Amino acid sequence: MSEPVKNTLLFAVVGALILLTGFTQSWNAAILILNMGLISAVMAIGVNLQWGFAGLFNVGVMGFVALGGLAVVLFSTPTTPGAWSAGGFGIILALLLGAATVVATVLVAQKMPRGRLRTLTIIGILIVGFFVYRAVFDPNVAAVEAIDPAIAGHLGGLNLPVLLAWPAGGLLAAGAAWLIGKTALGLRSDYLAIATLGIAEIIIAVLKNEDWLARGVKNVYGIPRPAPVVGYEVELQQDPGFVARAEWLGLDPVTASTLSVKLGYSLLFAIVLLMLLWMAQMALRSPWGRMMRAIRDNEVAAEAMGKDVTRRHLQIFVLGSAICGIAGAMMTTLDGQLTPSAYQPLRFTFLVWVMVIVGGSGNNFGAVLGAFLIWFLWVQVEPIGLWLMNLITAGMPDGSALREHLIDSAAHMRLFTMGLILLIVLRFSPRGLIPEK
Amino acid sequence: MDFLNALVALSNFVLVPAIAYGSQLALGALGVTLIYGILRFSNFAHGDTMAFGAMIAVLVTWGLQAAGISFGPLPTALLALPFAILGCIVLVLITDRLVYRFYREQKAKPVILVIVSMGVMFIMNGLVRFIIGPDDQRFSDGARFIVSARDFKEMTGLREGLAIKTSQGITVIVAVVAVALLFWFLNKTRTGKSMRAYSDNEDLALLSGINPERVVMITWVIVAALATTAGVLYGLDKSFKPFVYFQLLLPIFASAIVGGLGNPLGAIAGGFIIAFSEVTITYAWKKVLTYLAPEQLAPSGLVQLLSTDYKFAVSFVILLIVLLFKPTGLFKGKAV
Repeated sequence: MSEPVKNTLLFAVVGALILLTGFTQSWNAAILILNMGLISAVMAIGVNLQWGFAGLFNVGVMGFVALGGLAVVLFSTPTTPGAWSAGGFGIILALLLGAATVVATVLVAQKMPRGRLRTLTIIGILIVGFFVYRAVFDPNVAAVEAIDPAIAGHLGGLNLPVLLAWPAGGLLAAGAAWLIGKTALGLRSDYLAIATLGIAEIIIAVLKNEDWLARGVKNVYGIPRPAPVVGYEVELQQDPGFVARAEWLGLDPVTASTLSVKLGYSLLFAIVLLMLLWMAQMALRSPWGRMMRAIRDNEVAAEAMGKDVTRRHLQIFVLGSAICGIAGAMMTTLDGQLTPSAYQPLRFTFLVWVMVIVGGSGNNFGAVLGAFLIWFLWVQVEPIGLWLMNLITAGMPDGSALREHLIDSAAHMRLFTMGLILLIVLRFSPRGLIPEK
Repeated sequence: MDFLNALVALSNFVLVPAIAYGSQLALGALGVTLIYGILRFSNFAHGDTMAFGAMIAVLVTWGLQAAGISFGPLPTALLALPFAILGCIVLVLITDRLVYRFYREQKAKPVILVIVSMGVMFIMNGLVRFIIGPDDQRFSDGARFIVSARDFKEMTGLREGLAIKTSQGITVIVAVVAVALLFWFLNKTRTGKSMRAYSDNEDLALLSGINPERVVMITWVIVAALATTAGVLYGLDKSFKPFVYFQLLLPIFASAIVGGLGNPLGAIAGGFIIAFSEVTITYAWKKVLTYLAPEQLAPSGLVQLLSTDYKFAVSFVILLIVLLFKPTGLFKGKAV
């Protein structure tokens, strides 16, 4: 079987699996899998860019995804009335002071001669800077958080169209990635892994605790939808034209409106995915892509050829993280709310890694295929596990403790299955379903 | 100014918890550092290995409690510890046989082994959740305190109380015993010496007739014992929750790296450095400072440098600073 035929078949199989969900479970469930599959595919392209193209071991995907979600809140939700005058500008001032402290420290560290005087100056700047920062920061934060805490208590956003927040999510993630890359990219691969793992946890901690930013664990609700492509169910059900079209298709208006909303998202996500896939494909085939793979395969040789390895690594780290940020913004838009406590590393970092490795690292189509397949399994392993457990325990007496425990635990089959798939693929087909050419 | 009360408050809220936490981190970091020294990869599944060992201890403890067996004032979990270690050894040896050995024979790159350990992490995590569920489990029993705050106040007549939990005392004693045994093993026995030789120079060790598979097996046995001990002690001190063990991965790795990966002494030092920084930076110093400062200068705020939720940030910043200035850690570690 030739290569294109095999790859098309693989995609057809995954498509058929999603269609099967539609026929046997419900079309709403099928389209939900499709939508999250599209978002996962975008994340997988980002990770594939870093790992597949350049061999960078980034296990902080979750952090960049969360930053994308934050960008949606900061861009597209309405501004909280009075928050900016109460303390918003003060918070910005405090953050600028904090940044100035860090910059001053770095400058002193670079410019002053080594010695005790430098150490003392640095410590002095840090201590004074920290207390000045806290003195400005704390009262302003308290002022902002005191505004209507039940529904607001945060700065709110810029009230811009939500579609603009998607590239903004990418930019925010790119900015963070630049800062991280500047400090951590010189490290060895496993140190970089630990560093990115830590940064992701810190980003989530900031989201959970800084209530003035995005309400912390109180969550931000009511993120606007990307109208007019995605409407609101209630409005659609009241629109006589829509009801007539639904009846013509043989659907009742309620189901038709939920399907229409989800399909609207699918359309937007598919456009983003296709654009990014096209760009990633062009990058892979360009001289730049060849240079990246050369660096990945032999850093020393690439350096000898005059390639600036550190700068190229920084470049691709920022690009890949930006793509993860875009995916995060898309996901928060789909959910309609930002829930910081929902970000778990197993789900948002390591699962994306399973997608890339199962699909085929270094191959963009492989990463996309892996994303759809693994997401489908992630959703469907639970009902399959339950069915399996019911089958296994069918012979046991009713009400037996073991039987109940097994059936209750079926939900945890997910992680086990994902690990098993990853290990099997790594062992028997380490280059993935669609290997790098 | 009341120096004595300040000292007691400091011990109660900073020194005692940090010493206990530091011992737990040190035991965890020793496991990570041994794997790195002998098998030459960063084991992402270490947190979940700890969770698995602790889970067996929890189950055996429940069994012993149901059978009416107790350990007097000490927690029953200590009786369960040997069983838990055995169970954990069986698990890691099976994992090594089925998973890691293949890549060792292939001489796979370390980063591939790290990804493989990610898969093992998923499986162990799923296994623990499958068996015991994702919720909090309490399994500590026996006396709660060695010294309770009230007794201490009555004994000394000071305003501040000093409480030492049984779990904290046991943690320190067990950790000291475990570390002493480990160092005696590594430095005095033939097998331990062959392990160190293998870690220092694999080829030379092979030339001198050391059996690599045996070294690897013994390493896994020791790592399983350390991980289970660390997991049980942490569970006794706080509580057993599978997800928390996964999150411990970060401070544990930070300890091992700060100390110098592959260096056991460094892992212990790193554990205490990370624990003390986490506790001191997230502690609200108001109480201690109120005792120390003259009355008119007493602080009005909490004097807490960072909220407790940012403790990850502390271990992380220390990690970055050490890596930027001393890339192989404070004690000389190795680099593959």
